[in-house]
Amino acid sequence: MSVVTDTPGVTAFEIPTGREEAWRFTPLRRLRGLHEDLTGARELPVTVDAAPGVRVETVPVGDLSPSAAALDRISSLVRSAAASATVVTVPRDLVAGRPTIVRLEGPGTSPAAVGVVHVVAEPFSEAVVVIEHVGSATAGTNVEVQVGEGASLTVMSLQDWADDTVHVGRIHAVVGRDARYRSFVATLGGSVVRLVPTVEYSATGGDAELLGLFYADAGQHLEHRSLVDHTQPHCRSNVLYKGALAGDPALGETGIARTVWVGDVIIRAAAVGTDTYELNRNLVLTDAGRADSVPNLEIETGEIVGAGHASATGRFDDEQLFYLQARGIPADVATRLVVRGFFADVIGRLGVPEWESRLLAAIDAELGMAAEVNEDDD
Amino acid sequence: MATLEIRDLHVSVDSDAGEREILRGVDLTVRQGETHAIMGPNGSGKSTLAYSVAGHPKYRITRGTVTLDGADVLAMSVDERARAGLFLAMQYPVEVPGVSVSNFLRTSATAVRGEAPKLRTWIKEMRSAMDALAMDPAFAERSVNEGFSGGEKKRHEILQMELLQPKIAILDETDSGLDVDALKVVSEGVNRVRDTGEVGTLLITHYTRILRYIRPDFVHVFLDGRIVAEGGPELADELEANGYDSYIKAAASA
Ligand SMILES: Nc1ncnc2c1ncn2[C@@H]1O[C@H](COP(=O)(O)OP(=O)(O)O)[C@@H](O)[C@H]1O
Ligand SMILES: [Mg+2]
Repeated sequence: MSVVTDTPGVTAFEIPTGREEAWRFTPLRRLRGLHEDLTGARELPVTVDAAPGVRVETVPVGDLSPSAAALDRISSLVRSAAASATVVTVPRDLVAGRPTIVRLEGPGTSPAAVGVVHVVAEPFSEAVVVIEHVGSATAGTNVEVQVGEGASLTVMSLQDWADDTVHVGRIHAVVGRDARYRSFVATLGGSVVRLVPTVEYSATGGDAELLGLFYADAGQHLEHRSLVDHTQPHCRSNVLYKGALAGDPALGETGIARTVWVGDVIIRAAAVGTDTYELNRNLVLTDAGRADSVPNLEIETGEIVGAGHASATGRFDDEQLFYLQARGIPADVATRLVVRGFFADVIGRLGVPEWESRLLAAIDAELGMAAEVNEDDD
Repeated sequence: MATLEIRDLHVSVDSDAGEREILRGVDLTVRQGETHAIMGPNGSGKSTLAYSVAGHPKYRITRGTVTLDGADVLAMSVDERARAGLFLAMQYPVEVPGVSVSNFLRTSATAVRGEAPKLRTWIKEMRSAMDALAMDPAFAERSVNEGFSGGEKKRHEILQMELLQPKIAILDETDSGLDVDALKVVSEGVNRVRDTGEVGTLLITHYTRILRYIRPDFVHVFLDGRIVAEGGPELADELEANGYDSYIKAAASA
């Protein structure tokens, strides 16, 4: 397993060639140079709609403490190229009344654009932060998250990009003592999207849930690589990623929907009492889909509560379609039921009802259908 | 009065050994209000008949016709057949993970009735139908057929029959795998629908057991892809006593 080191500075990282373990699935030629050079990059325009009590500041990147994130070449290029960062702070003990929305809007595909967002949940606070990505861009993003002692934070990253967007990003979280962190990554739009959600723990008792869904159409490459590094005793992690692939067989090679999920979990020798599980499931809807699913579990101590992983990629089941149609349900509605059903458990774990409905509506849109109208007619 | 007419139906499947004919000329008429039993040994093609009428894509119709009140059933999609009033209670109901029974039933009722039932009256309707089949209300929140016991699957099939009120219902081995108590509950459900006089029932079974609870008007003996004998309920009693052996021998010597 390849675990990136936290050596700082751009030059420490060679330009990836595609032969490296971490890059072997990524179509580097489609990255428009994001992995080579970001000089001259602009910043992604940011708008924030903050919940009452939540602080939002724009800070020079130089004022930020050196990155705690385990970096790779692109994230270090992003940090060098960005002049400022958006810092969202949930003050100590605050229970935010509603989600805080950070919206990054693509300004077009050239030149490249970068975005740096820090989310700090101070001790014993509770909040939901949604980072929404829309529009056209060649984007590199770094999100750094700190979850303070006893805090509970959900960070949702929604990739609702236009079709021509290329996006490479990291979402790194440091989870404090007895803190709860929930990361939800939903990738629907974009030509190439490669996201690396990572978690480390700074003290005991942390609980991290890494959830994700992705829906790849013809020509999309959607790649998610999670890494949970258990360095502290008595922490939990649970990773659940679900993907659907709906390429267009009529378009040949360019019609293929491509997805990659790599889930790394390391349990270090000191991390006794760790409890971890990771699961990836992919649903292939047409003949033009290719899903890679690679769970990696590295265990350096036997004194753990549990460690497991599972991964499976399956074809859309025509017997399900037949069963639903045999009850009068038209094929398109039946397909929607099956696909919504497939994503139901992961969406249900987001815990933010309004965004759960939005995700379901987004999946309906992917299926080319209008949202359900008769759900709540009484 | 709704009538299902099956004429000279021949059906094949693609198997590893090439195309294989399973139904070899089935003739059968089922009218609203009537109850027919099709009895035959395993592998005789009973499920193939049921699936072919319902429109399962695996089965290829090579000859014959199926009509419902004169309309060409074979030209309809699977969902059109259901909306036209055909219902198939399946021998092996399919799991649909993540789709709750209540969402599934309401979507289905909406499709078959042509409009969404009002939420409040619908919940009452669903609850009382579940109650009559001795189903726990919590059942409505489970995923369709996922982790259901054999008995729960069959109750769920009959629940759908009660809610969808088909014109013609084909029940494929609804009795198999049920203990006596479950068999009674399920049979009572079928009888409630039959008592409306609005449904024609085609009961497919391997055993005579269910016929003690659901009395057929007509019994058809099915063997090797064809109906080989027909009669009234007394034929079921004869099969109970003597089994299929005499029919199998007769077919072999024919
Ligand atoms: N898809 C299929 N491919 C090959 N053979 C099949 C297929 N479906 C059914 N058969 C065969 O057709 C015959 C009739 O099957 P079926 O209709 O299930 O019988 P029954 O319901 O009476 O037990 C059996 O010999 C079975 O193996
Ligand atoms: Mg059968």
